[in-house]
Amino acid sequence: MARIDLAKIRHAYGPNPKSEADFALRLVNQAFEDGGAYALLGPSGCGKTSLLNIISGLVTPTQGRVRFDGEDVTDLPTEKRNIAQVFQFPVIYDAMTVRENLAFPLRNRGVKPAEANRRVNDVLEMIDLKGIADRKARGLTADVKQKISLARGLVRSDVNAILFDEPLTVIDPQMKWRLRAQLRELHKRFGYTMLYVTHDQTEALTFASKVVVMYEGEIVQIGSPEDLFERPSHTFVGYFIGSPGMNTIPTALDGASLRLGDYSVPLPAAPRLRGEPKLEMGVRPEYVRVRANGIPASILRVEDAGRFRIVRMLMQGHAITAILPEGQEIPADPHVGFDPKGVHLYADSWRIDVGAGAAP
Amino acid sequence: MKPVNQKAWFLVLPVLVLVAISAVIPLMMVVNFSVQEKASNGQFFWMGAKWYETVLHDEKFWGALFRSLSFSAIILIIQVPLGVFIALNMPRKGWGVPTCLVLMALPLLIPWYVVGMIWQMFGRVDIGLMGVMLKDLGYNYVGDPVDAWGTLIVMDVWHWTSLVALLSYAGLVSIPDAYYQAARIDGASKWAVFRYIQLPKLGRVLTIAILLRFMDSFMIFAEPFRVTGGDPAFLSIELEQKSEELGWASAMSIIFFLIILAISWVFYAVMTREDAEPAKPEGAL
Repeated sequence: MARIDLAKIRHAYGPNPKSEADFALRLVNQAFEDGGAYALLGPSGCGKTSLLNIISGLVTPTQGRVRFDGEDVTDLPTEKRNIAQVFQFPVIYDAMTVRENLAFPLRNRGVKPAEANRRVNDVLEMIDLKGIADRKARGLTADVKQKISLARGLVRSDVNAILFDEPLTVIDPQMKWRLRAQLRELHKRFGYTMLYVTHDQTEALTFASKVVVMYEGEIVQIGSPEDLFERPSHTFVGYFIGSPGMNTIPTALDGASLRLGDYSVPLPAAPRLRGEPKLEMGVRPEYVRVRANGIPASILRVEDAGRFRIVRMLMQGHAITAILPEGQEIPADPHVGFDPKGVHLYADSWRIDVGAGAAP
Repeated sequence: MKPVNQKAWFLVLPVLVLVAISAVIPLMMVVNFSVQEKASNGQFFWMGAKWYETVLHDEKFWGALFRSLSFSAIILIIQVPLGVFIALNMPRKGWGVPTCLVLMALPLLIPWYVVGMIWQMFGRVDIGLMGVMLKDLGYNYVGDPVDAWGTLIVMDVWHWTSLVALLSYAGLVSIPDAYYQAARIDGASKWAVFRYIQLPKLGRVLTIAILLRFMDSFMIFAEPFRVTGGDPAFLSIELEQKSEELGWASAMSIIFFLIILAISWVFYAVMTREDAEPAKPEGAL
């Protein structure tokens, strides 16, 4: 296990990158703690797979250094980094049995057969593959193949980290839950440093203790699932995490309150701003109240989502979404109000801390 | 219960008719001739298995069969590894790809008979590039059977190795990157990558390449006929020389056909036996 440091990593796939847009990774400074379970979450093309491949050495970054436990490994080839990586599509060696698949990385590294055999048996036990150890790996189902890919990483003693690149994409939904639970179990028992790339927020939030949200080649927020939900530091996080995503409404500042058309929303304190940034108010649908007083709104649509209803409204010319708990009625003349602890201010898409969470 | 009718057969009918006209009927005519004798007055007589016995007791037939089999074996032993080797070393991106593909495809576009002519001239000791060069190197290239064999093999390798290479290349290109990445993570050597990733993934295209090359080389006719005028005699040439004798030629055709069918089937069965393994129920999870 190791702590992984990424220092000023930038990466462009083409030669001679000129503008910021040429960089798949714009600037990443990030430390992954030893034994942590991280999820890298973001939409397709945000650079999360590039970041993973830079850590495993499949891709060499254009700029910046990668360190494992303080040791610079940027110029080390993949096979010297002692990394396990599981890909989107299961990679297995068809012609070999499950046992031979697991022994393959050890054989390549010249581990003695007796020692290799012992470790293979340990890992077979650990991830429940003992029953099919001597079967040919071809013809197994996708989830078993994916476990074999993982197991090939686990047999090496002391892997620095296990990297997952959307490993559950081709797995059936029921199996996804079981595999994810097994991964969490492995993490708890053996304390591997795990990095898990996904674009599925449920997967990220259930797997990881720390979620790293990426957007357009940058890390926009790192935090616990609760942080991401309660204090999205970038409007993208608000939009990407949560269902439906956070409302972002253009606003202007008026002392210690936000102007929304003819109305205003109080802030706990007057924020200090530099320059004249684009201001937006962000509030999750969970903190929007539909009631008889407040800012008048017209209902566009109500969607029944089972245990709650999603109310789409138009307020002061802006679309706004609220979540209405079960059993609560929509008043005849609907108005919108906000729960103060859910109101955030964004300047040029980044959150300004005005102590909103501290308000009563 | 759903009503059952046989109308679907009409949809298959065109194919059945085509196959019948193009393959089944001509073949059946050959079968028909192979068990009859045509008398001088144009009448046919039933001969039973007599023609087959004649063919099978003919030493020249066995000699030709042996030569044809040896030729195919040598061709496969050279062309398959060479083709795979070339495919492994072909460029994967950039301007080299189209250049390479076009160059490789060129020999395939030349008609058999022309290939024979090219090599016949190439090997002439008075004006041919190869013939003169061999003479200058001190080798007496006279056109004895050994020279003829050598020439035919080199010629066929020149003509057809690119087919194996192009098929293998197509197979190699279709292997997802993740396999190579996983192999790097597993610390696999270049040989291990070839042995455990590339070769297994090439299995299917190699089956096709081997079948095509076997059938084609076993039936080779135009080139040896052109280069040597029919000596050493391969099966096809032996057959051509008997074409006056309808029954004899028909019986030999059938035997020829059955040999190709049998060997191809054995190849196919051996090379696809792993795919055929039934999917067993999943084990403990």
